[in-house]
Amino acid sequence: MNDILPLLKKLLNAPGLSGHEEPVSQIIEEAWRPLVDEISRSRIGSLHALKKGQAAEPRPKVMLSAHMDAIGLMVTTIQDGLLRITEVGGVDARILPGQMVTVHGRRDLPGMVVQPPAFLLPAEVGKGPVDMQYLFVDVGLHPREVAEVVRVGDLVSFAQLPLELSGETMAGHTMDNRVSVAAVTICLDLLQRRHHDWDVWAVATAQEEETLGGALTSPFQIQPDFAIVIDVCFAKGPGGGASWRLLPLGKGIGLGWGANIHPALYKAMQDKADELEIPYSRDLMPRMSGTDAMGIQVVQSGIPCVVLGIPLRYMHTPVEMVSLRDIRRVGRLMAEFITDLAPDFTDKLVWEA
Amino acid sequence: MEREKNKNTTTEISQGQIDLLAKLCNAMAVSGDEEEVRQIILEELKPLALDVKVDALGNVLVTRNGSAENKVRVMIAAHMDEIGFMLVNDEEGGLFEFVAIGGIDERQLVGKSVIVGKDHLPGVIGAKPIHLTTPEERKTALKLDQMRIDLGVDIGKKVKPGDRATFATKFAQIGPSIRAKALDDRLGVVNLLEIIKHAPENIDLLAAFTTQEEVGLRGAGVAAYHFDPQIGIALDSTPANDLPVWDAEEENTRYNTKLDHGPAIYLMDAATIADRRLVDWLVSSAEAEHIPWQYRQPNLGGTDAGAIHKVREGVPSVSVSVPQRYIHTAAGMIRLEDWANTLRLMQAALGRLTPKVLNR
Repeated sequence: MNDILPLLKKLLNAPGLSGHEEPVSQIIEEAWRPLVDEISRSRIGSLHALKKGQAAEPRPKVMLSAHMDAIGLMVTTIQDGLLRITEVGGVDARILPGQMVTVHGRRDLPGMVVQPPAFLLPAEVGKGPVDMQYLFVDVGLHPREVAEVVRVGDLVSFAQLPLELSGETMAGHTMDNRVSVAAVTICLDLLQRRHHDWDVWAVATAQEEETLGGALTSPFQIQPDFAIVIDVCFAKGPGGGASWRLLPLGKGIGLGWGANIHPALYKAMQDKADELEIPYSRDLMPRMSGTDAMGIQVVQSGIPCVVLGIPLRYMHTPVEMVSLRDIRRVGRLMAEFITDLAPDFTDKLVWEA
Repeated sequence: MEREKNKNTTTEISQGQIDLLAKLCNAMAVSGDEEEVRQIILEELKPLALDVKVDALGNVLVTRNGSAENKVRVMIAAHMDEIGFMLVNDEEGGLFEFVAIGGIDERQLVGKSVIVGKDHLPGVIGAKPIHLTTPEERKTALKLDQMRIDLGVDIGKKVKPGDRATFATKFAQIGPSIRAKALDDRLGVVNLLEIIKHAPENIDLLAAFTTQEEVGLRGAGVAAYHFDPQIGIALDSTPANDLPVWDAEEENTRYNTKLDHGPAIYLMDAATIADRRLVDWLVSSAEAEHIPWQYRQPNLGGTDAGAIHKVREGVPSVSVSVPQRYIHTAAGMIRLEDWANTLRLMQAALGRLTPKVLNR
């Protein structure tokens, strides 16, 4: 896995809105199949991949959780051949006018989100941002053909192609959270050449952006001893100011710290990063982490979680920006951490140690 | 079943013309730096061995004299420039402050990809994540001075303040439509090239590919002075604001133009009162040839005709535009059929042009 870029591009270009992850799930399955021993789908569409450890059974289990679902739009009604839309996942309507999209109708249609001229909108909209309910998607076809191809409820994905920018940075839609799927793939690849006692369950979860559906159900089935959650975190950039929430881009990974994170697991991960000299920042999550850890932590009798973050600018826009360096760092940290997991590591996950 | 053939509704735009339009639209020529489009035009003109001149403002001026008696000296203008941006401040780490060139709605910029400088380096205009904004903040449009063009952390000195940028949109043909940036006015450019290639003998064609239209019609006036024409025509693109009113009960009566209704003939805009003799000449040509056409609703806006008609002792002028949705955004949309009918109208009208058109 010297070059993660080709896989990442495939992941970014595959549709897979929350609740409709099958297309991207197939790409991930294809990438993981040679790296694992078993692979299956959960009842709600998460992808479960098991790479068996080398200790005697029953072996302890670690779950790697990276959500694969994307934010996007859905058709609510059709008017004069133009499509009205709503959001799937959190979308700021201000980023929508002029965005290229793909409408997944009876066949895929290229379209763009358009903002009608002011005189066609309610007077109070004025020069302010235009609410999503007033925007359209125009697919460039005559109304009769639109009626034949598009139905209410059809999904709409962002179509911005991934861009390679300077300094090993990339921009595009759905970096949240396909970059984490890429990081898990790097980890699985590194583990091919390692001895590890633990079973590794790599999971691409469904529905994180809407319901945490995957995070709440996959651990119930897998019953891991602990979980590593991989997601994007906020990187410093224009408009962000000097908020404590923001980490530098490309300068290291985020180690989540807060209510969703088990402190002993945090400490173990931090020690490993220090040992490997992998740069990191403590990513403060005072209340909820906004990640799969929110779900996983409270499954069954409770599961210790740690959250690894890949800093990202412009979250939930079609130009989300990340550094490939940070993706590789997360993949390597996980692989080294897993390689060094002692069979009795679970005993060390205690409070007030 | 064979589709019924109707001479006046069948698209006759060739793949070669579409490819040329694609090349022109994907090029970057922000007002004040029209070089990329000028080079494409000069390349196209080379085999024709015509009298071609590039003037002090960068206009490309082409003269193609007819061979008939009683010729009319007609200037036709299409502007080469497009709206865009200039980087104005290097904030280091790949982030640049920028300003807009030409009329751009700031609400159209957030979350777009752009190309920067002669090498078309990719960049993005980002936005604060929805997670970190308050509902109150989301009710306020982002201002240009809050946005930055981001080229990635190690861009160094590969770009610098003064470099121009524009939307990264790639040309696409979608069913009956074309979606691209800068259709305003690369459509005019491609049509004018076509008119030059097939110019009738009853006119002296004075073709001007103009600069700086979007920042005040600056190239066209100079070009008109040089040519000293009897008639001026601007070929441009105009908004088709033909979307439904938000309240579906109401009718949209201020659409300016509509897609699928043919070329838009101007009566009056903020810069020009069209010469009614020329309007009548265009309309009667369209009717005679059964070419669909529409009036552009008298309205604001302006074309190169606004500069041309006031040059020297005055030049009777008119404009003809291809209707376009979403003009001056990341991508406009036109119908191939409107494009074909615009070209057909111009060729029909020019072919029947005589000095009598200007009789009172």
